[in-house]
Order: sequence, then structure tokens, then C-alpha cells
Amino acid sequence: MDKKEMRIRILKAIEHEARVDISELAVRLGMEQSDILNEMNEMEKEGVICGYLTLVDWDKTDEQTVTALIEVRCTPQRGQGFDVVAERIYKFAEVNSVYLISGGFDLLITIEGRTLKEISRFVTEKLSAQEAVLSCATHFILRRYKDHGTVLAKKYEDERQLITP
Amino acid sequence: MRDPIARKVTELKPSGIRKFFDIVSEMKDAISLGVGEPDFDTPWHIRDEGIYSLEKGRTFYTSNSGLKELRSEISKYVEASQGINYDPVSEVLITVGGSEAIDLACRALLNPGDEVIVPEPSYVSYVPCVIMAGGVPVTVDLKEENEFRLQQSELENAITEKTKLLVLPYPNNPTGAIMEKEDLERLADLIIKNDIYIISDEIYSELSYKEKHVSIISLPGMKERTIYINGFSKAYAMTGWRLGYACGPENILKEMTKLHQFCIMCAPTTSQYAAIEALRHGQRDVDEMREAYNGRRRFLMHEFKEMGLKCFEPYGAFYVFPSIKEFGMSSEDFCTELLKEKKVAVVPGTAFGDCGEGFVRISYAYSIDNLKIALERIREFLQERRG
Repeated sequence: MDKKEMRIRILKAIEHEARVDISELAVRLGMEQSDILNEMNEMEKEGVICGYLTLVDWDKTDEQTVTALIEVRCTPQRGQGFDVVAERIYKFAEVNSVYLISGGFDLLITIEGRTLKEISRFVTEKLSAQEAVLSCATHFILRRYKDHGTVLAKKYEDERQLITP
Repeated sequence: MRDPIARKVTELKPSGIRKFFDIVSEMKDAISLGVGEPDFDTPWHIRDEGIYSLEKGRTFYTSNSGLKELRSEISKYVEASQGINYDPVSEVLITVGGSEAIDLACRALLNPGDEVIVPEPSYVSYVPCVIMAGGVPVTVDLKEENEFRLQQSELENAITEKTKLLVLPYPNNPTGAIMEKEDLERLADLIIKNDIYIISDEIYSELSYKEKHVSIISLPGMKERTIYINGFSKAYAMTGWRLGYACGPENILKEMTKLHQFCIMCAPTTSQYAAIEALRHGQRDVDEMREAYNGRRRFLMHEFKEMGLKCFEPYGAFYVFPSIKEFGMSSEDFCTELLKEKKVAVVPGTAFGDCGEGFVRISYAYSIDNLKIALERIREFLQERRG
């Protein structure tokens, strides 16, 4: 197995299982534990691996959170396209993600706040106030069914017979 | 009143593990590693196509041999995977699971008294199908030291002048054994010299973890004498759709289709439409599932080694077949006690032939988390037995 293939296999494995025990992962992938650790270290340094996250369904806790998707139309800056606008937006701590997208809008932002009010304040006072921002459309998320490839709504149940030939 | 049951049926040995199945089915809270089907749901895009076919009102019979579109996709698939071309019109038949194809092949090929070589341990239906078709099963006890691959000498010893058919069940349920190209090549001369036909049950062909699976049809002179059986159950996690197929020489397929027409009419139409989608756009799903099984397989082998449980490394299907001979109990007793004491269900090797004595079949069509819990209990069980 070459380095490239090794890396892809490691990434595919840990993408949805960040907390997997590395010695177990080594067994499952048929690799050496030290090789996996080395590659992971290297990929962390190279920024291929950007972090290890936990997928939380906040709705099942007492913590109040509101998430919104915001579509933003803006004017690109001379010589820098949308990079500068994007940067000015992603630096706000409450902004979770910023994507440049094709279609009727330029940027897609996800933002998390504790209340509707918090988010609307951000949109009116911070986001719309950006010089390059022409307009935005805010969509509040009502329910998360699936996130990061994981279905949140339903639990898997094994309905197979206990024994079949 | 007269005995209503045909003698042939009464004499048919009931599946050896009926008793064990009954005990298991009463234990609702048991963890099972005893299932012979994938734990994955059928990929949604395939299910969606089935649903769409219902919405469109495609609720009629198809032609006896199945939708032409599907047969042509199957022909392409076999050509791409084995380099052998079957005419979708006359050499492909869609059946109700691979199981029906096995039954049809036996009935189409056997005259009373014809002998059929069945390597064991293997799937439970070969011997009954042979008997009901009037044939005489001649079982070959495969050996663990050969990784349960059929040896040339074993085949040679089983051949008589009455031998008509050989069943080749690889990748194998329950052992997980495979036959590689060289293994098959060693059998080829014997098969041709003795003019034997082959039923090659390759339902687990996509679940092969060493090299890509090689079918006997790809060897010279074998296509003409082989009924190649495959299906959608294992590769695409479609067991409940009941869809398989047979490819083979036109003269044989014609007669199989005749039998199929009289007893089944045609395979389920909804399933056939879903299967077209599976073959056209399902390869990625197959690859991902294979990768998941392979990880579990390696994990199980590693854990067995830690426990000191003897097991040859299987490279196919989703089973491991460890030896429990060191405990001096029968397979059935071992499984019953494991179930009663630790609430883990595995299948006694004897369910798949007498030579499965001393082994148990453990399926890894379960999530890693599930496997871990079950393995922990098996570990405890083994420790207690060893004292």
C-alpha cells in the first residue's frame, strides 16, 4: 500500500470515527499503529486534518441554541475576489462556516447563537453593515434530521432474525 | 387416513440445527453473531428505484426469464468482472434468490441416480435440492488445514462413473473460504476428463478480501459446463428482495427457464427494477460495504488470536469459522452453553454438514460495537471453560 492510499484509508476511517482507538484502527485497516500515528501527525501539520470534532444534538440538551443559514450577496473586491469579505465575516466567533457558492448568492454562512435575537442582531448590525454585502437571506434551522452523514432523528434497530443459515 | 406426506420429503433430513434455532428464538435479549445476511440496509437509491417502480404501476409479471434490461446489465457485469460474455437473451435467467437457481439447476440436470459432489461445510440447501431432484449427493469433507479449499485429490476420490455435477460454493458460507485461480486450475483437468458439470454458487463473489474473486467460468473450457449463480442479496444488502440469477449454456438455461416458468412465473418485478439501479449505480456501495466487512474481519481475527482461539484466516463472505476442538464439546453443546450462559448466539458448524463438528460459524455482519460486546462475552466463556 503506498502512502497516498494509506492516507486516504486513514482519513476515510477517522472522518466519522474521530475517537477510534488507534491500535484498534491499525488492526481494522491492516496497518502498523506507528504508521498511522506518523501519517496523522504529518497530516495535522499539513492542515489536511484540521481538527477532531464532536457531533452534538443540542436539541436533546437543556442548552438553548439557534442555528441559521444565511445566503449573502456581495460585491467582490478588486484583485481579491470574495476572499476579503469572507475573511471579515468568518472572523466573527458566532460564525460557524463560510462557503463561496455558485448560483444566485455568493456566500453561504452558518451561524449559531443562543436566541433568535442574538442572530438577528448579528445580521442587522454586523453582517448587513459590511460595505461589500449587498443583501442577505436568513433561514432559521427548525430541525436537524441528518448532519455530517449521521442521521439524528432515528436510532438504528436490528430487525433481522437472530439466526439464519 | 393415509400418510399425506411424500416419502422423499419425510426422509429428507431436517436442518440439523432446528433445535438450536428454537432455543435461540426464545432468547429475545441475546446478542447474535448468527445471521447470514448483511447488517446494512439496502442503499437508499436502490430502494428508491423499487418504490418508484411501484408508483409507476409496474406491478405486472415480467417475461419468464426477467426484464431484458436487467439481464443485459447482468451480462455486462459478468463480462466486466470475469471477462466472460453471456447472451442476455438466451443465457441469463433471473431467479428468486440464488436459492431458486440452485434448485432449478439440480432439477434441470439430474437423472435418477446421478451423483453430485457437494463439498462441506457448505450452505444448507445443496444436499436437499440434489435429493429432491432425484440425484445422489456425495459429500466431500473439506479440511481446515487446506483452509477449506477443495483439493484435487479430494475431488478425484469423490468421482465415480455416475458423477454428473460438482457444486462449487465459493466464497463459502460458513467457512469464509475462497478458491483462488490456481486452486480452480488444479481441478480443471479432472472436471473436463470426467465430463462433469458445475454449479458455481458465487453469491458472495463481491465479498472477497484478498485478490478480486475469480470464477471458474473464466478458465478455458469451463463456461460450457458451468451454471454460474449469483445474486443481489449479499453484495447490495438486498436479501429480502429475493433476487438472484443464473448464467449458463443456452441448452441448460432453456430448460431451467421452463421449470422456473412453471413454479415461479417470474422473479418479483419491483426487485428487478431495483436491481437494475443496483448494477448501474451501486458499485460504490459495494466497495464501501466490503471495506467495512474487511475491517471487522481483521478485527475478529486479531481478537481470536488474543483469546487463543484457533482459526484459519478466511478471505471471503462475512464469516469466520474458528475451531473449538480444544474444549472437548460438540459444536451444538458449545453453542447452546454459550447462548445460555452468555447470551451470545453463534451457529454450530454441524449445521453445514457433519464435518463442521468442532467448529462454530461466527458472522461479522454486525457493527464493530456489537462485535466488541459479543467478543467480550465469548472471551469470558472461553476463560471459564479453560478454568
